[in-house]
Amino acid sequence: MSTRSSLVRMADLTAGDVGRILDTADRFASVMDRDIKKVPTLRGRTVVNLFLEPSTRTSTSFELAAKRLSADVVSIKGQGTSMDKGETLKDTILTLEAYEPDVFVIRHPQVGACAMAGRYTDAAVVNAGDGTGEHPTQALLDVFTVQQEVGSLDGMHVAIVGDVLHSRVGIQAFRMMGARVTVVAPPTLVPRHLAEALGVEVSADIRDIADADIVYVLRMQVERMGAGGFVPSLEEYARMYQVNHARLGPGQRVMHAGPVNRGVEISGEVVDDPGSLIEAQAANGLVVRMAVLYDVLTEAAGEPGEDEGGVLLEAA
Amino acid sequence: MSTVAPNPRVRLPQRPGEPANLVIRGARILDPAAGIDRVGDLVVRDGLIGGDPEDLEVIDGTGLTVMPGIVDVHVHLRTPGKEHAEDIATGTASAAAGGVVAVLAMPNTQPPTDNPSILGSLLERASREAVVPTGFIPAITVGQQGESLTEHGDLAEAGAAALSDDGVPVGSALVMRRALQYQRATGLLFTLHEEDMSLSGTGVMHEGTVSARIGLAGIPGVSEAVQVARDCALAGYEDGRIHICHVSARETVDEIRRAKERGVQVTAEVTPHHLLLTEDAVGDDPDPARFKMNPPLRSEDDRQALIEALVDGTLDCIATDHAPHPGDEKENPFAEAPFGVIGLETAFAACHTELVLTGRLGLEDLIMRMSTTPAQVFGLPAPTLADGATASLAVVDLAATDRVGERPYASKSSNAAFEGMDLTGRIVMTLAGGQDVYRRDA
Repeated sequence: MSTRSSLVRMADLTAGDVGRILDTADRFASVMDRDIKKVPTLRGRTVVNLFLEPSTRTSTSFELAAKRLSADVVSIKGQGTSMDKGETLKDTILTLEAYEPDVFVIRHPQVGACAMAGRYTDAAVVNAGDGTGEHPTQALLDVFTVQQEVGSLDGMHVAIVGDVLHSRVGIQAFRMMGARVTVVAPPTLVPRHLAEALGVEVSADIRDIADADIVYVLRMQVERMGAGGFVPSLEEYARMYQVNHARLGPGQRVMHAGPVNRGVEISGEVVDDPGSLIEAQAANGLVVRMAVLYDVLTEAAGEPGEDEGGVLLEAA
Repeated sequence: MSTVAPNPRVRLPQRPGEPANLVIRGARILDPAAGIDRVGDLVVRDGLIGGDPEDLEVIDGTGLTVMPGIVDVHVHLRTPGKEHAEDIATGTASAAAGGVVAVLAMPNTQPPTDNPSILGSLLERASREAVVPTGFIPAITVGQQGESLTEHGDLAEAGAAALSDDGVPVGSALVMRRALQYQRATGLLFTLHEEDMSLSGTGVMHEGTVSARIGLAGIPGVSEAVQVARDCALAGYEDGRIHICHVSARETVDEIRRAKERGVQVTAEVTPHHLLLTEDAVGDDPDPARFKMNPPLRSEDDRQALIEALVDGTLDCIATDHAPHPGDEKENPFAEAPFGVIGLETAFAACHTELVLTGRLGLEDLIMRMSTTPAQVFGLPAPTLADGATASLAVVDLAATDRVGERPYASKSSNAAFEGMDLTGRIVMTLAGGQDVYRRDA
């Protein structure tokens, strides 16, 4: 059983935890302005990135985050294992335990895989996305981005548009930080009981994004939308639910976790609009993941707070 | 309730053994179907109830209750093909440890039990290995593929107890209709795993608030209900008899209730785990795969509907769906772990704790639902404590509590959803088919 402070589910964090992690991210952000963008904070620590599902931006930003913190990093990529295909996740974890890692960063196609992995290791486990389950570092960087670029989420109205059936990223985090959340989507792409499960409003009408401060657009997973799929066609989806300038009012800020399908869930003009937060999200991924790695390795060990001008930001 | 007279063709072989000879002194002797409820001695001589107590081993029954043994019409013995999970000897030893005196095994083996030859070999093995009388339920369709009927007539002749494609539904309404027409020639009951696979899709747990919160794909309650509605309509139209396996959803209870009201010959079972547990177990546990089964644990509202339906008789009986899986197959992410939990050893204590001790169901009613009624529904000899009957009984300490999992399981597998729970109602001794098959160590 993992003895470290892991980050597997947003529900494991309090609003105070979120604030602490994002404060750390803010301080790391200042390092990114330096010539030498590396600090010795996690020197001697070992981070294993275990990505058992294709992912470019998350794996890259975790790897770079660990390197910027001077940790030793091993990155392993592969397909999610299953019983039929050979080694199980349990055995993969037990094998990698031989290297005595301090952190496992795990991406896996199955819900609950990271929680399960935590049962077989003493290392901290950071969930880098478990299928249709959770993606807490994405949720944290979304919160960070709004706080940096717009302001406090407390009392803000966030509209989440699109396929919440396959991606509920961010809903819990936005709710935790005090935002009102409205999900706008075709009813076939909304889990039954979502409203009561997560405390959100649900609408099938795109006009209900009108009074949102933030419009968060979810990627349509086009491969899931074929014959007998969730919507009759991507063209109809675009006509009914695409977030474009005609549907946005002044001051509404647009987010998207990427990769975007231009012309499907979001228009190209909105992606390229300098007012959108999409670029900021991508940039913030690095510092937020640095902060998460720092947090799981220091919080449980009782070493927080030594960073005020000290180890945290000391030049390497 | 739709029941039949005992079917003399059903074979329930048991391994050979010495007939029991003993007298249980000073126990409560309780057999509601026979109208027996007294405190006193129960003699078993040469495996039969009654007779002369002289020279018999004396069992001190003070504070204990003797009742007809449990009949479990839905178990998986994993033979042939998955003997690493369970075999006939261990599965029936697990039954004996749970006060179960007869089991019926489902056909989703490897290969499926779908022809008289496999059935014959299983009956032969059971006659050497089965600790308690064991019957078999061959497949309705060849390979459980849902396309063509197995040889129902030959299977009936060879001793099949009923027919089922359990594990999967009979997908085609036409095939189900043909089976019901053909039932008039064979008399074999169909015991149906009900699920519309197009609605279940890739689901792995109940579609409800927990699945919405944690992101696992859901199996809606209506997946079960629409298939039950279809089969009740077909059974009514063809005047056939069907039994619904492991009912899990309120919507299904409603369908069965309405079908019974209009005279359809339908009976139904419910499992202890659906009576005790809900979807919350999946959301809250660090090792949720031990709560993964099909149909899934549903909402508290569904659970209450099941209890109400068991009390009012809409659900006729309790069966375990004992489904052993080795631990290393369950040690996988939830979606990849196999469906199923074991249940033979804990069924009585679980239901006694949840239903009787809470006052929802009388002890007499629980005995009927676990012993007499399932036997009658399947046309099996019902265990009874009446004089002259073959001793198939359980001796129970209704006041004793055990924590599930503290003692090793008799089953080869340990995938128990009740693990760690304190359950009251300890099986102390089991006689099955006239043999002394289980005594609990001190």
